[in-house]
Amino acid sequence: MISRQRRAREMSLAYFLLLPSLAIFALFVFYPFFKNFYLGLFRTPPFPGLPKTYVGFDQYSEVLSSSEFLNSLKTTIAFAIMTVPTGIVLGLGLAVLAHRQLRGVGIYRTIFSSTVATSVAVASVIFGTLFNPVVGLLPWLGIDPRPPILDNPDLALPAVAIVTIWQTLGLTFILMSSGLQTIPEDLYEAARVDGATPTRRFWQVTLPLLSPTIFFAVVVGSIFAFQTFGQIDLLTQGGPLKRTNVLTYFIVTSLRQQNNDGKAAVLAVALFSITLVLTLIQVRVLERRVHYA
Amino acid sequence: MGRVAFVGVTKRFDDVVAVDHLDLEIADQEFLVLLGPSGCGKSTALRMLAGLEDVSEGSIEIGFRGDMNNVEAKDRDLAMVFQSYALYPHMTVRRNIEFPLKSRHVPKAERDELVADAAQSLGLEALLDRKPAQLSGGQRQRVALARAIVRRPTAFLMDEPLSNLDAKLRVQTRAELIELQQRLSATFIYVTHDQVEAMTMGDRIAIMNEGRLQQVGPPQEVYDRPANVFVARFIGSPPMNTVAGEVVGDSIMVAGTAFPLPGPLAAAVRAAGCAAVVLGVRPEHLEIGADGPLPATVVVVESLGHERHVICRLDDGQMVIVRIQSDEAVPAAESTVRLSADPGQLHVFDAATELRIDA
Amino acid sequence: MPEPAPTESVLPAKANRGEHSLARRLLRYGLLTVLAFIIVFPLYITVVNSLLTPQQITSRPPTFFPKDPQWDSYSRAWNVGNMSKYLVNSAIVTAIITVGQVCTAILAAYAFAFLVFPLKRTIFAVFLATLMVPFEITIITNLTTISDLGWYNSYQGLAVPFLATGFGAFLLRQAFLQVPHDLRDAAALDGYGHFRFMTRVAVPLARPAVAALAVFAFLGAWNQYLWPLLVTEDDKYRTVQIGLKQLSRNSIDQVNVTLAGVVIAALPLVILLLVFQKQLVRGLTAGAVKG
Repeated sequence: MISRQRRAREMSLAYFLLLPSLAIFALFVFYPFFKNFYLGLFRTPPFPGLPKTYVGFDQYSEVLSSSEFLNSLKTTIAFAIMTVPTGIVLGLGLAVLAHRQLRGVGIYRTIFSSTVATSVAVASVIFGTLFNPVVGLLPWLGIDPRPPILDNPDLALPAVAIVTIWQTLGLTFILMSSGLQTIPEDLYEAARVDGATPTRRFWQVTLPLLSPTIFFAVVVGSIFAFQTFGQIDLLTQGGPLKRTNVLTYFIVTSLRQQNNDGKAAVLAVALFSITLVLTLIQVRVLERRVHYA
Repeated sequence: MGRVAFVGVTKRFDDVVAVDHLDLEIADQEFLVLLGPSGCGKSTALRMLAGLEDVSEGSIEIGFRGDMNNVEAKDRDLAMVFQSYALYPHMTVRRNIEFPLKSRHVPKAERDELVADAAQSLGLEALLDRKPAQLSGGQRQRVALARAIVRRPTAFLMDEPLSNLDAKLRVQTRAELIELQQRLSATFIYVTHDQVEAMTMGDRIAIMNEGRLQQVGPPQEVYDRPANVFVARFIGSPPMNTVAGEVVGDSIMVAGTAFPLPGPLAAAVRAAGCAAVVLGVRPEHLEIGADGPLPATVVVVESLGHERHVICRLDDGQMVIVRIQSDEAVPAAESTVRLSADPGQLHVFDAATELRIDA
Repeated sequence: MPEPAPTESVLPAKANRGEHSLARRLLRYGLLTVLAFIIVFPLYITVVNSLLTPQQITSRPPTFFPKDPQWDSYSRAWNVGNMSKYLVNSAIVTAIITVGQVCTAILAAYAFAFLVFPLKRTIFAVFLATLMVPFEITIITNLTTISDLGWYNSYQGLAVPFLATGFGAFLLRQAFLQVPHDLRDAAALDGYGHFRFMTRVAVPLARPAVAALAVFAFLGAWNQYLWPLLVTEDDKYRTVQIGLKQLSRNSIDQVNVTLAGVVIAALPLVILLLVFQKQLVRGLTAGAVKG
């Protein structure tokens, strides 16, 4: 029987230990989160120094129905579609290819994981140089579009997608490799004795048992795809012709260049809601097909 | 048809020889047990048969198709039951059993029939739509068996299939497996380290140690005439007593006591010409009496209910076990007793080669 | 629970060549080599170009191997390009965030794992809820808050908002829950109070998870882009990632300096990850992979 005094002491200790985290969360996560909704209700004046005007939900409906927003949304979704499935398929392919005990396979595995050491900024500058028409190697290889890739309205977004896929490949590879590791070897042996070809073993054994990992990669990958910022800032700055104006970039330019925090707040709410809805849809639709061993 | 053979098969992993020149022929419809301690090479031999490991030297023959060394596992028409059962965790029991048939593109109608048959053979009809995680150990084992029998393969390979079951279930399943083998009229090649399983289930037992085949024969023969000291000690529970002795005339001297050998055996021992031997006698062939030739001190008496094991120390420090019935007198610990052995049940092994000296 | 590094020991234990004829193996090696080449090429050419002169970089056919490496691009990136300053700033901020996250996570996870108190479930849910809040929705207000606190363009402004992590508390709570009950009882009988139990028993036993969290936190903090961009104004506090943005604004005829800066920026992570491979894999896959 623990005395009431001890219980009270334990309680205060617990709250004391939780205080630092909770304080940070309160100030830098929850307060801004809720305040953001509130900020969207006020229109920012064109000149600094003037007071903000309360416009209720008018600003929400205005911003969210603007063609600028819809374009940004379309761009963001297109970007996610370009990067998430491709990245997972590539990471999975590399993981399966390198999941054999061959001599020297460790070197390949290290190379495939290597991009995990690159940040968005590092990858962007590397590829920015590669895509550059003057110093990059692409024209020499025969790839010389006019206008140059990063200034090309049709090619800019796919180019940024390639940078993103490359940069996240290391992480996806490690994730998929770890997932492959959890599949017991004797399942493959049983399948071999049962007469299954390598292709059949992949679709009937590997893929279903890897589905929890793939599911995780899709959900988390989508969330990160929607939060893309650095590559856009370094490579295309939202252009050309706003063809790479993903939501996060749009939010930041509204905030910094246009000094319009009301608009930025509305856009942030939109980003949050879309991400939340997308995640919920993915969980409902996809998780049913996940085989938890 | 269901005949399988190892012809001079050797397996090397780097510099370790796991299987050393194994020659073993298994007849159609035979229940052959591969028995031995951990690391003796029995599982490796089985896996080479299945095609899961390469053969370093020699060849594997299945049916009359000759050398199978370059045939892949999936084309060998063998079924295997793994120690861990290796059931596909994401598939229902039905789909697990169906898997080998689907891999061979058996049409659906035929598939359904074969699956239903196999399920019925093993009493799994009610469980067909469950997943392995929802089954007990014994049920999972039966699913593994059903998956094996559904194809009617040339032979069944089993890698310690009972070791993950609790003792009571193991005894029950042993009987079921024997009955299954007879019902299917199939060749079973069964790997185990448990000599009780080997003795009760096998038509023949092939004992391996350190990669080499020690002896192969029907259980009673292996029990009555072990080919070397290893087999003598491995088969039988409690194990055969093996004590060091010297050849003196027509007797063997153990701890200062002479044990005369029967005529033919004595002649054979003399002909073998060795001085140091290992004398083997099973615990049930030793007696405790007032006038036996061999003095010994009782160390401990173990009571098993239906019998007792009296563990004794000889004058030269060697230990022997004597088996007595529960209704016999129980000697006290630390007491001195006199042991006698049935002369017709003495086994003599050359101390250097450890091989049996036969009359 | 020991975790293998993502190399040999992760792979199927039994070497079996029976399935794979020479042709198939060659095909596999070929494919692996082509893919490895494609992936490593951008990194390789960056290092090469950082050691060439601008004329060599733009001349055709291109130079793929620097016969006469020009190391002055590195010294220019380091000094004029301020990479030295940026590295120091990144190091300081990353250290603060890593230490902060690990400490707050240890404290919180200890409470969740070993203490009994009301509202435990609710508070844990609150911790997990922070994972649902995307960063972008907090930046507007956080900028204002940081400004008001006078922390704009400072180390505090860069680090403080990230000193706590819901993920870290979750991860370490899992690890602490694995500590056997008997150990807690034994420690109590030995007179260990909570603090000593935490530092002498719980944390050492949870070392793999703590290391994984540290690597994860370090990676996240070092690679941050958006927040340092918004919160720093001059080279005094600029971090390495934003420093790269500065460098990338250099003209084309300085591209070797820019790329030298890239190599300098990437090198610490490469070294760190080579050394801490195991922990990296564990940190990145916690929660994604079962078992």
